[in-house]
Amino acid sequence: MSSETRVPVVKTVDLKKHFKLKGGALLHAVDGINMEIFEGETLGVVGESGCGKSTLGRTILKLIEPTSGKIYFKGEDITNYSVRQMRRLRQEMQIIFQDPYACLDARMSVIDIIAEYMFVHRLYKSKAETYARAAELMDQVGLARRYANSYPHELDGGRRQRIGIARALSLGPKMIVCDEPVSALDVSIQAQILNLLMDLQDELKLTYIFVTHDLSVVKHISNKIMVMYLGQCVELADSDELFQKPLHPYTKALLAAIPKPDITLRGKEQKLIRGEVSSPINVKPGCRFAARCEHCTEACHSKDPEFVEVEPNHFVSCFLVNGR
Amino acid sequence: MSDNVPILNIKDLKVVYKTDLDTVEAVNDISLTIGKGKTLGLVGETGAGKTTTALSILRLLPAATGRILNGEVEFDGENLLELSEHQMQAYRGNRISMVFQDPMTSLNPVLTVGEQIAEAVSLHNDGLSKEAVDHRVEEVLQMVGILPERKVDYPHQFSGGMKQRVVIAMALCCEPDLLIADEPTTALDVTIQAQVLAMMRELRERLGMSMLMITHDLGIVAQTCDDVAIMYAGEILEAGTAEDIFTGEDHHPYTVGLFNSIPNLDSRAARLKPIPGLVPDPTDLPKGCVFSPRCEHCMDICRERRPETLRLGTHSLRCHLFTDRKEEEAK
Repeated sequence: MSSETRVPVVKTVDLKKHFKLKGGALLHAVDGINMEIFEGETLGVVGESGCGKSTLGRTILKLIEPTSGKIYFKGEDITNYSVRQMRRLRQEMQIIFQDPYACLDARMSVIDIIAEYMFVHRLYKSKAETYARAAELMDQVGLARRYANSYPHELDGGRRQRIGIARALSLGPKMIVCDEPVSALDVSIQAQILNLLMDLQDELKLTYIFVTHDLSVVKHISNKIMVMYLGQCVELADSDELFQKPLHPYTKALLAAIPKPDITLRGKEQKLIRGEVSSPINVKPGCRFAARCEHCTEACHSKDPEFVEVEPNHFVSCFLVNGR
Repeated sequence: MSDNVPILNIKDLKVVYKTDLDTVEAVNDISLTIGKGKTLGLVGETGAGKTTTALSILRLLPAATGRILNGEVEFDGENLLELSEHQMQAYRGNRISMVFQDPMTSLNPVLTVGEQIAEAVSLHNDGLSKEAVDHRVEEVLQMVGILPERKVDYPHQFSGGMKQRVVIAMALCCEPDLLIADEPTTALDVTIQAQVLAMMRELRERLGMSMLMITHDLGIVAQTCDDVAIMYAGEILEAGTAEDIFTGEDHHPYTVGLFNSIPNLDSRAARLKPIPGLVPDPTDLPKGCVFSPRCEHCMDICRERRPETLRLGTHSLRCHLFTDRKEEEAK
């Protein structure tokens, strides 16, 4: 996080999103996230269900209003932008959703789905131009033009996800939030989509925020990885560094829990973490992971560990590592 | 595989789903063997016929459409397909039980988990007193790592991982000889998945049961299974011991493709090598080898003739690439 001359595409400062529940309780979905991401990079956001990774993605796009903190897009503070002000920026920031079955309008044909955003933003003067561009996008994402007049239900998951990608690309975005784009797909199709996303990134210099629970996918596609636990970022580092030298006990546990396709590792005692993710409602001070952590001490229960840069570009929030 | 008496032996099983419009060829002449105390991993993508195979063993195929056209399912010496429905009930849940993929939908929301487990216990143990049933319920809950006091709770009061433990407890309450686990951890987070898998491994050892583990995750297979069968479009393309599949040299091109599709944690390849194309339509399977349209080694013969299963010791392959191997060995 050094570069002073380059302006990050997205930057958040102490970003928080708390949902108010019935009875006044607060659900801390995103709780103080600081991050930066530069052009052409991919930031992988990993964590288990309920850790706030999707909420983070959506808050950055301001699809959800943040509770506090700041969001900068290309240096511009967009935290308090109105819907109208955001509309101009929408062309530059897009999202690809997890479920390729739920995110497409079942009553629109493929070409209409892809063209819709361009009509909304009045990108081209004529209908013909818009449809011509939509057809080009189909080529770009590897969707045969013969499907142009098909409906989503006629296509399989992989092709539907390609529609979602073409639609996200239609406005020429700089940054795309990919919210679990491959988790609903079979492995062989998953690999096709990952390759497509990486090719598009090279071609169009896209910046991705890649939200997923799958660590092998995130390692494959990301430059930087952020590990989230109960709304907070527990560790942030370059992809290779994080996998070679995980520091936070939760990151270590996550890495150890992946079943590896290698039978020589079989039977070796894995380190499992106890218990389950606790509730993000009305959280108490202290490290969120303390209840499941084997290294937990007094300090962990009493105050929040700080998010410290222990090595260049390697941030951790843990008393164990930060030596206090 | 061979020196062990099989608990389950499936021979040439063929299952179709018939509707007014078309016939889905879900499972095509597959043969499988699970040894006593062994775990077989059945691997494949969506629509490969894994779940259909499992449902055929228990004879739980949807009555309106599912038809077993051919084959035998021999369990402990008895062909299950010839039993009457009444006889079959004595097997289900008692000697063979099944854990379904989604713990959220396989539990009854209006009964406490204790009542649901008790139902299975008393159904298969006539004349067991209420106290004895209660005791057994507490025992199995403890076995899967849930506090026995929680038996009065309803499913919605449990987390996903806990619900899956309840479902497993229910499946194990009669100490079955064979447990069919259909993607038991797909709906769970990785750390919880690791806990559940470790628990299943431990219980399998303790109870000495055999297991059919259905999954699409080769990592899970490597960590839990003794034998592996790779299924694609209703056929078993490759089968063998875990060593054959994970460390052996000869593989079906589909197996190679599956392995290449998984992002590797240890090395960072610039690109994945996915299998081109899509799984064939099961109402219109290709003539010849089912994998031929997506196979990079596809030859003329692959499009015309279905390859025979070639056996090399414990390892079996269904691919024309290896048929000359057989001739060599015959010489």
